[in-house]
Amino acid sequence: MERTIKKYWPIFLLPMIAAFIIGFVVPFIEGVYLSFCKFTTIKDAKFVGFSNYIEAFQDGTFLHAFSFTGLFAIVSVILINVLAFLVALALTQKIKGTNIFRTVFFMPNLIGGIVLGYVWQIIFDAIFTKFDTALKLNEVLGFWGLIILVSWQQIGYMMIVYIAGLQAIPGDIQEAAMIDGANKIQRLFKITIPNMMPSITICTFLTITNAFKLFDQNLALTGGEPLHKTEMLALNIYDTFYGRVGFEGVGQAKAVVFFILVAVIGLLQLKITREKEVQQ
Amino acid sequence: MTKLMRKKHQEDEEPTKVTFGGIMATIFFTLVSIVFVSPIIIVLINSLKDKTYINLETFKLPTADSFVGFENYKEAITQYDFIKAVGWTVLITVASVFVILLCCSMAAWYITRVQNVFTKIIYLLCVFSMVIPFQMVMFTLAGTADALHLNTPWGIIIVYLGFGAGLAVFMFCGFMKSIPLEVEEAAMIDGCTPIQTFFKIVVPMLKPTYISVAILEAMWIWNDFLLPYLVLDIKKYKTISIVIQYMKGSYGRVDMGAIMACLVMAIIPVVVFYLCAQKYIIKGVAAGAVKG
Repeated sequence: MERTIKKYWPIFLLPMIAAFIIGFVVPFIEGVYLSFCKFTTIKDAKFVGFSNYIEAFQDGTFLHAFSFTGLFAIVSVILINVLAFLVALALTQKIKGTNIFRTVFFMPNLIGGIVLGYVWQIIFDAIFTKFDTALKLNEVLGFWGLIILVSWQQIGYMMIVYIAGLQAIPGDIQEAAMIDGANKIQRLFKITIPNMMPSITICTFLTITNAFKLFDQNLALTGGEPLHKTEMLALNIYDTFYGRVGFEGVGQAKAVVFFILVAVIGLLQLKITREKEVQQ
Repeated sequence: MTKLMRKKHQEDEEPTKVTFGGIMATIFFTLVSIVFVSPIIIVLINSLKDKTYINLETFKLPTADSFVGFENYKEAITQYDFIKAVGWTVLITVASVFVILLCCSMAAWYITRVQNVFTKIIYLLCVFSMVIPFQMVMFTLAGTADALHLNTPWGIIIVYLGFGAGLAVFMFCGFMKSIPLEVEEAAMIDGCTPIQTFFKIVVPMLKPTYISVAILEAMWIWNDFLLPYLVLDIKKYKTISIVIQYMKGSYGRVDMGAIMACLVMAIIPVVVFYLCAQKYIIKGVAAGAVKG
């Protein structure tokens, strides 16, 4: 059977491979190469070694974007996961209307980042003008604005993953603990949370990668203002490419650094979730 | 089976009764839900106001002075060509998802059924591409797409197939490893060609995976901003996200009324689609989370 199928590769494999080469392989290899070049278009590239990388790490806005993104990742990961977990716990109890609540909480997830960014900008601006300030004037407001936006968007998603995890815990374990006299708090920490570790791992990684890759919301809500102070890594790279002339090489070097960071987190996630799957 | 037993068991143990705590929880979550949808409701209300009132009285209901009916929607449609943008977005999303499902499921079948170094490398490359942030390839991808004249809504389908292939192939392969080979073997012994076997035997079994992958890819492509912004010839073709970004980012007077109308028109189709296909969307998303 394998041999017969093998002959049909131009039909089964070729369309996907051709597009994959155009859409991913070639741009990726070119991107790595160009990070070592000075260029304004792909054709006039001149090899310059590591100078783009050195320049990237001397760029104050890039370093600030690093720490801003890191801080953003920590706060958003904790906030989203804790809230989503609590909501999931509550909505798996016997409460009237849980299905409606789940539907409502999940909804923002489907709306695009650009649209959400502007929806929230209008609301924040309306609030802050009363205090004579604006989201784009204050770094701290911008930070918390972004946190509120992504929490609002992602809590529903993580809630769904946690609910799936909660429903997979066998009821007899909980029951045995109850017979042995464990109270609600003890059952939560000794039974529920240890059994939820696979879901917790998945959600933690998802929120970390989402935080690092955040772009649309950042662009729409604050646009990096004031003075690149609320710029996260992805937006900083975009700005280096298209906001300044002659910095394309530096932008590409930043992109490679960014890619390595995100890829390491992503591959770690794949590895850990795989191991968890085997154990089950 | 075990699930059913457990459910039954729980019901025996705690007969459904309305407790005080239960009612309080329902009230609490009702309030939270109202707060949750309020941003969208606020935009909806403001889309019916005159543009000069939007910044001043954002949280007030429209009054006789500020109410303009569907004036803002008219403006958005005539001035900013919003309907055209919706059309391009629908076309790009539907066509790209269809092409991704077809090409990637075929490729995934080939990869799982023909085991050699070559298919293994392709599979690993697909997994690798899933973790690549778009900023890594945006400049070079835009250049490549331009050189190959893929800067039209038709050409961008190929770009989406290439960039979206990783997730799709990964998810299809994960499912195909679990389906039994015997049925396919029997079909081929009976004289089916691989193409017939694939479309008559494999495709029907893949239906749940098709739905999951379709939802994940559709959510991504519909909402995507940067890829179409960089790849498309935006003088001629704009998607919904691009129009909104353009209106807001344009210098000079920003027409708040038209922006509100566009935001509403961008949100409503998604919400309607979600309410209709809720079950599949939530399942698809949960499957994607576990896999990717």
